[in-house]
Amino acid sequence: MRESTIMKIHYGTALAAVALVAVHILMRLTSGFAESLEYEAVLANYKFVPYAIMLELILILLSVHGFNGLRVILLELKQGRVYEKAVSYGCVAGMLGLIAYGSRTIIMTNMGMV
Amino acid sequence: MAQDEHKEGIKGMANPGRFGIERVAYWMMRLSGLGLLAYFIGHIYETSNILRGQMGWDEFLELTQTTEGHIVLAIVIGMCVFHTVNGVRVMLGHGGVGVGKPARPDYPYDPASQNYRHKIGIYSAILLAAIAMMYGLAVMFGE
Repeated sequence: MRESTIMKIHYGTALAAVALVAVHILMRLTSGFAESLEYEAVLANYKFVPYAIMLELILILLSVHGFNGLRVILLELKQGRVYEKAVSYGCVAGMLGLIAYGSRTIIMTNMGMV
Repeated sequence: MAQDEHKEGIKGMANPGRFGIERVAYWMMRLSGLGLLAYFIGHIYETSNILRGQMGWDEFLELTQTTEGHIVLAIVIGMCVFHTVNGVRVMLGHGGVGVGKPARPDYPYDPASQNYRHKIGIYSAILLAAIAMMYGLAVMFGE
């Protein structure tokens, strides 16, 4: 993929994530901060399908943005082609691993497998 | 150029004091990004504890709902706000917004892109991050 396309994805995921994370944080402030973190409250959040979808979107957006950001930082060290390939594939693997692990939590909790 | 001038290496490149607030913003953007990625991975692991049931969740919450945990969260809030505001500035800069008009390079060759608009953007990002940190601390310790 062209770097210009990757940077457009980087900026797009950033802007979308800012909007969704703002909603996610505001949900913590609707009730008291400590109350919103109680087990029942968090469970209810996960079981509310639109909110679960939003969490999944945040997970994907931030994983893509975060690991691409890490890739950009590591590529700036300019250590040759093999290094660049390793960094790129490593970041894609890390991103997919994190999305899979986070999705497991969202899906299992949403489906009542707790 | 004498060879001695290259001796600083990475230390010289990383020196935030030499190249103005833009270099400080460059480093803060990267450090906040790495910090936020580390927090995000930790947050995904933390929330996965809900699968261990109420006891597992409460146990893990006890670890994070401490004074130290709140201070770490306040730092995360600061990093998040700085990264967002400075990121918007960088995006606008990449899009050609606020970087000045092309002109003939005359001595002392001031880069048109490093102008007061972007400097204000960087200082605003730092200020907003500080305000958000204080608000976060007030919410977390105010209960």
